[in-house]
Amino acid sequence: MKTILRIALASFFAFTSSLLAAQPLVITSGSDRAMPIAVVPFAWSAGTLPEDPAKIVSDDLYNSGLFAPIDRNNMISMPAHAEEIIFRDWRAVGAQYLVIGHAERLADGRIQINYGLYNVAAQQQVFSANTTGSEQQLRDLAHHISDHVFSSITGTKGSFSTRILFVSTSKNANGVKSYNLHHADYDGARARILLQSPEPILSPAYAPDGKRIAYVSFEQKRPRIYVQEIATGKREQVTNFEGLNGAPAWSPDASKLAFVLSKDGNPEIYVMDMTSRAVRRVTNHMAIDTEPFWGKDGQTLYFTSDRSGKPQIYKTNINGGNAQRVTFVGNYNANPKLSADEKTLVMIHRQDGFTVFKVAAQDLQKNRLRILSGTSLDESPTVAPNGSMVIYATRQQGKGVLMLASLNGRVRLVLPGIVGEVREPAWSPFLN
Amino acid sequence: MDILKCGKLTALSLALVLAVGCTGKSGKTDSDITDPNAGISTGTAGQSGVDSGFGSEFDSAYGDEATLRAITTFYFAYDSSELRPDALRALDVHARDLQRSGVRVVLEGHTDERGTREYNMALGERRAQAVQRYLVLQGVSPSQLEIVSYGEERPVADGHDESSWSLNRRVELRK
Repeated sequence: MKTILRIALASFFAFTSSLLAAQPLVITSGSDRAMPIAVVPFAWSAGTLPEDPAKIVSDDLYNSGLFAPIDRNNMISMPAHAEEIIFRDWRAVGAQYLVIGHAERLADGRIQINYGLYNVAAQQQVFSANTTGSEQQLRDLAHHISDHVFSSITGTKGSFSTRILFVSTSKNANGVKSYNLHHADYDGARARILLQSPEPILSPAYAPDGKRIAYVSFEQKRPRIYVQEIATGKREQVTNFEGLNGAPAWSPDASKLAFVLSKDGNPEIYVMDMTSRAVRRVTNHMAIDTEPFWGKDGQTLYFTSDRSGKPQIYKTNINGGNAQRVTFVGNYNANPKLSADEKTLVMIHRQDGFTVFKVAAQDLQKNRLRILSGTSLDESPTVAPNGSMVIYATRQQGKGVLMLASLNGRVRLVLPGIVGEVREPAWSPFLN
Repeated sequence: MDILKCGKLTALSLALVLAVGCTGKSGKTDSDITDPNAGISTGTAGQSGVDSGFGSEFDSAYGDEATLRAITTFYFAYDSSELRPDALRALDVHARDLQRSGVRVVLEGHTDERGTREYNMALGERRAQAVQRYLVLQGVSPSQLEIVSYGEERPVADGHDESSWSLNRRVELRK
């Protein structure tokens, strides 16, 4: 089945215009146009579906910044099957691609969505496929369809079937504050609490397998790093050093955990071997060194340091050698996160002054910096595993919200479906 | 006898206040013995003007040891871990109390919400260390002073402007 699909795709790419071939996910100045696409509401024979899968697909594609979905109200026809498509209707509304689908309930009670992608100009089917799951899995099915459409048009794996961690705070009836660590779909839907504590929780991070997480919890009135299995809730304290224990980050092969300790007097970056639990110091400077982020090679650590007087981003080899400064524009650059292709460095950036902190993306090859956010108290950027989107925490109308932005700068929206005071998002790796 | 001792110490701390106060006005001092990191962490001269407002309160309380003892929160300028002159008199009283009692206290470092959370964890620790160093200089045993930084995680004021931020940039001495 998969092979057939691949062959179909290959032949499709072989004879369609160069426009398609030239659609790898290139994140440049944001001048590339978004692709107009129509995602027609999926047909469903029996009553109403508890979710609107076509809307989820449309939103996913929009969120990537690479697609401009056509408004449903502008659709001239609503085909659900191939034979109902009138390509003229889609040319009229400017759609270059068309996604249609219909859902049906199987004998075993599960729901199957049959869907297809069409090239409007070529009047050709790109693929047709189906996906099946329970009613509770409708969102998963929709994200799967989004990934499929995204990857066949852009040539890049979609990251819509991923998840995020985030922290919220709430107050109970007696005014007692609670810190809650959540797990949710990347778009904020289906949030579930993994940990609740009267003391702060921060810096959650996924392990590369997507099954375990690390975070900092103050439950013992001191910051300590814990590792927790998402499925079972089984947790383990992995650090117990005097002073700061913070900013955990897994190495790409999960064999090591980098973090910050101040046990020797000031914050330095250390690496723990997760098998032997031996801890080795990486940085050695009287300044603040914090927020380590691993390069793909498993040897390079990007980190924040104020060794030049203000926080800037540096990189160093975990086995020693001099740290190299990476950021030079602005008077505050911190919390470095790399895109998976390591071409883009996303960070919290302050151009000048004292109060405006924005998410920015630095093209490491062209050394150009772009501001991605429209707010001013941004924190904790986290990049989708395919590098198309970033989620960060900021404040809007005095409330802590999570914002999603496409890395090409076209899209910026508050993550829907998340209520309350939220912060500290962390994007999962690919989970499929 | 106690009164005499007290007077001597107060005079000493007054001298210190004046000494620090003279240079402190400009925001940054080279002679700041309490914080060797000050030159690294700041560079925010000009911000210090925003952070007054405690002076008059402290002046009226001057000399009243019980009032000074009640002061257990010490405030900082933005992105700075320099102790303010007005904190020193209260810290002198705490230093004496701690030497006498031998009890263990926690110095909780806090920052305002600006900047990244883990960097603020480090800044909060730097502030608590500034208080710790001063107390140790006054003769308190380092083993009596534990430092815990909460960074920006535990604000006392929930607003998002300087009036709240100035209250959140603090070290709390907790028994």
